[in-house]
Amino acid sequence: MILGGRDTDLVLLDENGIRCDGRKIDETRKIMIKAGVLKNADGSAYIEFGDNKIIVGVFGPRDVHPKHLANTDTGILRCRYHMSPFSVEERKKPAPSRREIEISKVIKEALKPAVMLEQFPRTVVDIFIEVLQADGGSRCAALAAASVALADAGIPMRDMVSACAAGKVVDTIVLDINNEEDQAGQADMPVGYMPNMEKITLIQLDGVLTPEEYKKCVETAIGGCKLVYEIQKKALTDKYFSNGGNN
Amino acid sequence: MGNVSLIDQLKGQKIHDLLEQGKRVDGRSFDEPRQLTIETGVIPKAEGSARVHLGDTEVVTGIKVQPDKPFPDLGDKGIFICTAEILPLAHPDAEPGPPGEDVIELARVVDRGIRESGMVDLAQLVLEKDKTVLGIFADSSIIDHAGNLFDACSYATTAALLSTKIPKWEMQDDVPVKVEGQESDAPITTIPVSITMGRIGEHIIVDPNADEWSCLDARITITTNSDGNICALQKGGKDGFTLEQLVKCGETSVTVGAKIRETLKEIKGASQ
Repeated sequence: MILGGRDTDLVLLDENGIRCDGRKIDETRKIMIKAGVLKNADGSAYIEFGDNKIIVGVFGPRDVHPKHLANTDTGILRCRYHMSPFSVEERKKPAPSRREIEISKVIKEALKPAVMLEQFPRTVVDIFIEVLQADGGSRCAALAAASVALADAGIPMRDMVSACAAGKVVDTIVLDINNEEDQAGQADMPVGYMPNMEKITLIQLDGVLTPEEYKKCVETAIGGCKLVYEIQKKALTDKYFSNGGNN
Repeated sequence: MGNVSLIDQLKGQKIHDLLEQGKRVDGRSFDEPRQLTIETGVIPKAEGSARVHLGDTEVVTGIKVQPDKPFPDLGDKGIFICTAEILPLAHPDAEPGPPGEDVIELARVVDRGIRESGMVDLAQLVLEKDKTVLGIFADSSIIDHAGNLFDACSYATTAALLSTKIPKWEMQDDVPVKVEGQESDAPITTIPVSITMGRIGEHIIVDPNADEWSCLDARITITTNSDGNICALQKGGKDGFTLEQLVKCGETSVTVGAKIRETLKEIKGASQ
């Protein structure tokens, strides 16, 4: 307990400010995003965010089934976040858990402000997220990839939605919590952010923060979102402009 | 949904117009929760219970305590599980059946606030490490739905926990046996209080009622502990918040939460 973990002797932060995976406190894990990775989906993206490996497919706008869900005023958004049974240490049952249902909902609500659904009444945009391998911060990685997949599908958007978590480890606010830090750290705060509209569309928190730490944690996470935004833009640029725009 | 009635639209317009004048539809100030009344011990067969009215929203929470296997990676902790159900008698739109995403989110937000605050010292609920622990099951039934179920369920669960008497169990030949006539207060360390705030346009209001709830742009639930620190948070709704709005919501949750905590402290058996 010397280094302040919840109940572990894992060294989360050493005296030089280096974290358990060798990162500095304001450093994200390695992030790679590729747009347009699926043939059948209207838009798609693949993200590696630390050890997270997540693929997202987007379909729509298309007819709504069942029909009674259709809205005559606007299009609707549906989102399924799902973890593959082999994505975690101990096999996860394939049926959606309560956690997955909640995450599906918060990701949907994080994307909704960005997608111009009102242009497509009576239709649905379906987002399918499959977590092939899970690490800490999978909802942020999934949200970042889903946003790229929506853009890849050519769906009109007000802004990109970026995502990154911040948290508290050994009484220090750090960027992009990994799995060990999530398990043994003091707080985890995933944030989804529209970088141009400066609006937070996803925020959750597990763990205790003073009001000052809370503010710093949100600001730190927003800083991370801005870094992720650059990688999201690069993924789209690489697909659409790498060949002089002929792709 | 696309089936908003004309009455709802007019109500929504009225709510907007009033907010522009600095007023709320039921006359409250922006940071004023509805009247909160709490009765505990309403279900004597449960180890703890509470019936909460938050305005017209009404919730009954019962606590059952029983031996169970611990979670595999948490063999030195008791179990704590929250569930919620909107009973079909609570609202014309409520249907019986498995919980939808709204109810799952509700139960998980209530659970997270109490769990992350460390309200119940789960380490004190171990009968035999890695084998048998006591489980605390907090089940909330919404019996009248008039907006902001998050706070109503959270207060009812917290109040029920404060009133909980834990029966004494002993391990005899590897089997947990209840010792009749002996019980103790639940090991309470802090009193978490959730405050749910809604944003309509640029206005942030505490504890939206049913009419306000139906026209929220976004909402946020922030739970604070007895030290005035923030221990859990959940944003929902179709739009977002600015950083400034979030910081302000954090401050509001601390100040308004402190007042609600005074009400919860009056519950018999509350040691904090």
